[in-house]
Amino acid sequence: MIRKIVYSIFLATIVLSLVMFFAAFPFGQNKMSVGEYYLNHGVAQTGASNIVTSVVVDYRGFDTLGEVSVLFGAAAGVAILFFVLGENRRKRREQVAPNFIVRVGSRIIFPFILLFGTYIFIHGHLTPGGGFQGGAIIASGFLLLYLAYPGTTVNRSRLSMVEGLAGITFIVLGLYGLLMPESSFLYNFLPKGELNALLSSGILPIIYIAIGFKVAAEFAGIIDDMMCEVICRGGEK
Amino acid sequence: MSYYLGSFLLIAIGLYTVIIKKNLIKIVIGLNFIASGVNLLIVSIGYVKNGTAPIFSKIGINPSAMVDPIPQALTLTAIVIDASELALAVAFVVLLYRHYGTLDIKKIRSLKW
Repeated sequence: MIRKIVYSIFLATIVLSLVMFFAAFPFGQNKMSVGEYYLNHGVAQTGASNIVTSVVVDYRGFDTLGEVSVLFGAAAGVAILFFVLGENRRKRREQVAPNFIVRVGSRIIFPFILLFGTYIFIHGHLTPGGGFQGGAIIASGFLLLYLAYPGTTVNRSRLSMVEGLAGITFIVLGLYGLLMPESSFLYNFLPKGELNALLSSGILPIIYIAIGFKVAAEFAGIIDDMMCEVICRGGEK
Repeated sequence: MSYYLGSFLLIAIGLYTVIIKKNLIKIVIGLNFIASGVNLLIVSIGYVKNGTAPIFSKIGINPSAMVDPIPQALTLTAIVIDASELALAVAFVVLLYRHYGTLDIKKIRSLKW
């Protein structure tokens, strides 16, 4: 009882302080000066028509490298928890097969999901979307396959090869910028092209494609770990 | 303004779930509620009245009519990180269930405080 009262006071304090803090920021009024600068100079400096992409990949590209490594850490953590600490591994049990419509429908729709995800991350510098979203869409296609065919496995070594190659592409492109006369990490050394063309804004689409492959491979790995956890052990204690 | 209030509500619901509930799965869901609330809060800070998406899809769009791109860029990556964190938390829950045979944190003795 006392604990609940303490909790409610704690909760009320947090919400009240949030409300009082954000009363100083009127909703929908003005932008931060950094955002203003990116909007005014982003097209000329990066050549990407989507300013969010130019912030994520160009201005804050180093942060994005950090985010991608956080994602790698989480995926590796899931794999370690399930494969190293888990016992009785790799005893696949026979599952009840899903019905006919799920199996055939998923086989028809799977290539279209892959195509849609690829479209999202190739056009990341022109339209809403990008590597993270496209990669998540592709991984959802793999999840559909796992649900429709419980026996499927992804080739894990090939998956980690794709992941590693994508990460190396990102880092090598960034390091190559150090060799340029401007000598900054992730310097955009390719020609920027014209606005709103598919081949524009230099290295941004290449990096986003690499991020897309990396996110897709990591999420597919997480899904593979979790589905194997369900199928191999089948919920027994 | 309602976006602010909605995100505060989401954060409060998440905190309540994390603090009060005893089931580990519900606690993980509460963590995800907090993450969604924070993401909504960050995006709504950058909103500008009648603003458009920060994409120069046509020539002649006025940059001053666009919303702030930085909060969107921050949440874009944060959503993916949230998803992978959720996967990691669920993996911990699975291992705890296998070790203790229960999801009730009152019965998991080494989690007591």
